[in-house]
Amino acid sequence: MSTQKPRHTEDGALYRTSDPIIEVRDAEVVFGMDRGVSRVLDGVDLDVQRNEILGIVGESGSGKSMLASAMLDAVVDPGRLSGRITYHPADRDPVDVLGLSKAELKRLRWEDISMVFQGAMSSFNPTMEVRGNFVETLEAHDYDVEAGLERTREILRDLYLEPERVLDSYPHELSGGMQQRALIALSLVLEPDVLVMDEPTAALDLLMQRSILQLLEKLKQKYDLTLVFITHDLPLVAELADRLAVMYAFELVEIGPTEEILRDAAHPYTRSLLNATPNIDSGLEEMRPIEGSAPDPVDVPTGCSYHPRCPMADETCVEDDPEFLRADDGHNVACFHWQDAEEAVPFVLDGQEADR
Amino acid sequence: MSGDPLVSLTDVEVHFEESQGLLDFGEPELVRAVDGVSLDIEERDVVALVGESGCGKTTLGKTAIGLQRPTGGSVEFQGQDVWDAKDGKGDVEVPYGEVRRSLQIIHQDPGSALNPNRRVMKTLEAPLKKWQSGMSAGDRRGEILSMLEEVGMSPASDYAGRYPHQLSGGEKQRVALVRSLLMDPDLILADEAISALDVSLRVEMMDLMLDLQDRYDTSFVFVSHDLSNARYLASHGGGRIGVMYLGELVEVGPAEQVIENPRHPYTKVLKWATPDLRVDEGAGEPPVRKIDIPDPKDPPSGCRFHTRCPEAREACVRDAPATEEVGDGHEVACFRTVDDHEYWSSPELVDDPSGGDRDTTSTAD
Repeated sequence: MSTQKPRHTEDGALYRTSDPIIEVRDAEVVFGMDRGVSRVLDGVDLDVQRNEILGIVGESGSGKSMLASAMLDAVVDPGRLSGRITYHPADRDPVDVLGLSKAELKRLRWEDISMVFQGAMSSFNPTMEVRGNFVETLEAHDYDVEAGLERTREILRDLYLEPERVLDSYPHELSGGMQQRALIALSLVLEPDVLVMDEPTAALDLLMQRSILQLLEKLKQKYDLTLVFITHDLPLVAELADRLAVMYAFELVEIGPTEEILRDAAHPYTRSLLNATPNIDSGLEEMRPIEGSAPDPVDVPTGCSYHPRCPMADETCVEDDPEFLRADDGHNVACFHWQDAEEAVPFVLDGQEADR
Repeated sequence: MSGDPLVSLTDVEVHFEESQGLLDFGEPELVRAVDGVSLDIEERDVVALVGESGCGKTTLGKTAIGLQRPTGGSVEFQGQDVWDAKDGKGDVEVPYGEVRRSLQIIHQDPGSALNPNRRVMKTLEAPLKKWQSGMSAGDRRGEILSMLEEVGMSPASDYAGRYPHQLSGGEKQRVALVRSLLMDPDLILADEAISALDVSLRVEMMDLMLDLQDRYDTSFVFVSHDLSNARYLASHGGGRIGVMYLGELVEVGPAEQVIENPRHPYTKVLKWATPDLRVDEGAGEPPVRKIDIPDPKDPPSGCRFHTRCPEAREACVRDAPATEEVGDGHEVACFRTVDDHEYWSSPELVDDPSGGDRDTTSTAD
């Protein structure tokens, strides 16, 4: 057993936003494995603010998909989720997501918080036309099918698709970009408040990815949505998101307004990630890989899990796990030495020098 | 060495017949994966091919390394027609075996390219046994270990004893790279070879390729859908970027020129689609009239980009633009590069307003 103090801070004020629609507190997911217990989400505290676009960024195996699943109590067996997830609807009492019955959870997942995964093909029933998929969803939730299909047509048009052609096609007859847009339409047909998207565009071409992002921004305005966008692609989501949350080794290491993260990232990992990101407008020399590799969930380093790769790491980092510290208003960072990060891991966003 | 380029593609055409399925006996449909592409690849060269999926960039890459037989045009390796060598036609100066050894590939998914039941050492011994059968077992092992060290897999003896599942994605890709390198190739096709890697590992892998270009004069054809990665590799390697659209090479030129001063409207669209970290400017609307790619089985008339091009005019529907040189080694196939073309006086294309502002016309890509 670890003797470290828990990561979760008692003072919740740091994570709190003014009007949260989803509150995640001390969320933890563990898997029992032959090699030991695998903690794939480790004490995450996070608020999703109503009507914001939150980008959650992390490399593969950082726990970002687990965090997404946790928000809907959708962690797959044998994973075990603990902690507290609260959903705050605009017009009813707060909902304790982890305390819901199976039937209640099913309703919550489509009608309040909806989710879009990578790989649209596996989300549609391939043996029926796209229309059948929509009808099935509407019927399963006792919605008026005709009104629902009318709404479907409108959303499909919003996504630059021809409604009748798409509805009359089988999923495999659509291109990847069309499938993914049709899936976004399906996720919105029961009028949810929150759309959680896990790498919704990763399998698509950049042009289609960018186009879908633009469309999402419009949908958000039109249907009054809150968007949580999970990706490994920092520059992609940076354009869309109001706030960015960065995950490393199953923990949240930094969160803040997008612009602030891009200009003044406080965690050395975030800064290295920015340095490692090819940027079409920046100088070619400024791109640097991050040394080392991400840890195994069974064998996460002691203290700060980034310490073996961090140029600033010292004894404290090896022994203690840093709690969130306030770097600025609404900008939190889990690093003992964040104030030195700017010097230790230089990063200058191209074209921003003049502002400093 | 002769004055011939390492690999020379002339008017290459690759058309696939796609049958309709089990019970359909109608005419097979023709997919024009590559159409009329000419490209020379020099020694120690880097050519990055970019474009959307289905644009033919991988097919062109495979044609360049003699893995895909073109249905038209020619592919030469050091002046020797690759397929004449294979078929034993005419005087074969460079035997086909030599061509195969010289032109190698690394794939997008390194996991499926490695035998899961073989240790790294065993996997890497195979090419040496085949191509350098005179080598002693001890020399072979020594060579493999030093190559593993070279690509940063240290301690090499530890890595050599591992199975693929004991390697990370980046490490598997390095093993795939070492396997190609052991053939002492002149050209390696890296087919989306970094796409599956984490962002932080991509730069590392590209740096490794650049290092090998520098040290062994290896040339690379780098197939990618990501313009910023293409730029990184091609610029550092002193190479070119080639932009493909529906089987055609629409713009090719020195990397920085293509990025800084793209001349084809499609290249500009790709540049728009490449995310950057600027905070000040919103991206705005996609600069295309339609966001979906037309069906490659039935490409549009004239300039194939005209159905999506924001600059398209009536002239683009009728005629396909020829390739024009717009700068040193910078070639573009667009009427807009010709000052006195009738394009300039032809009317702009207007989309059918009845079908909504951005209706799609394709079924699949």
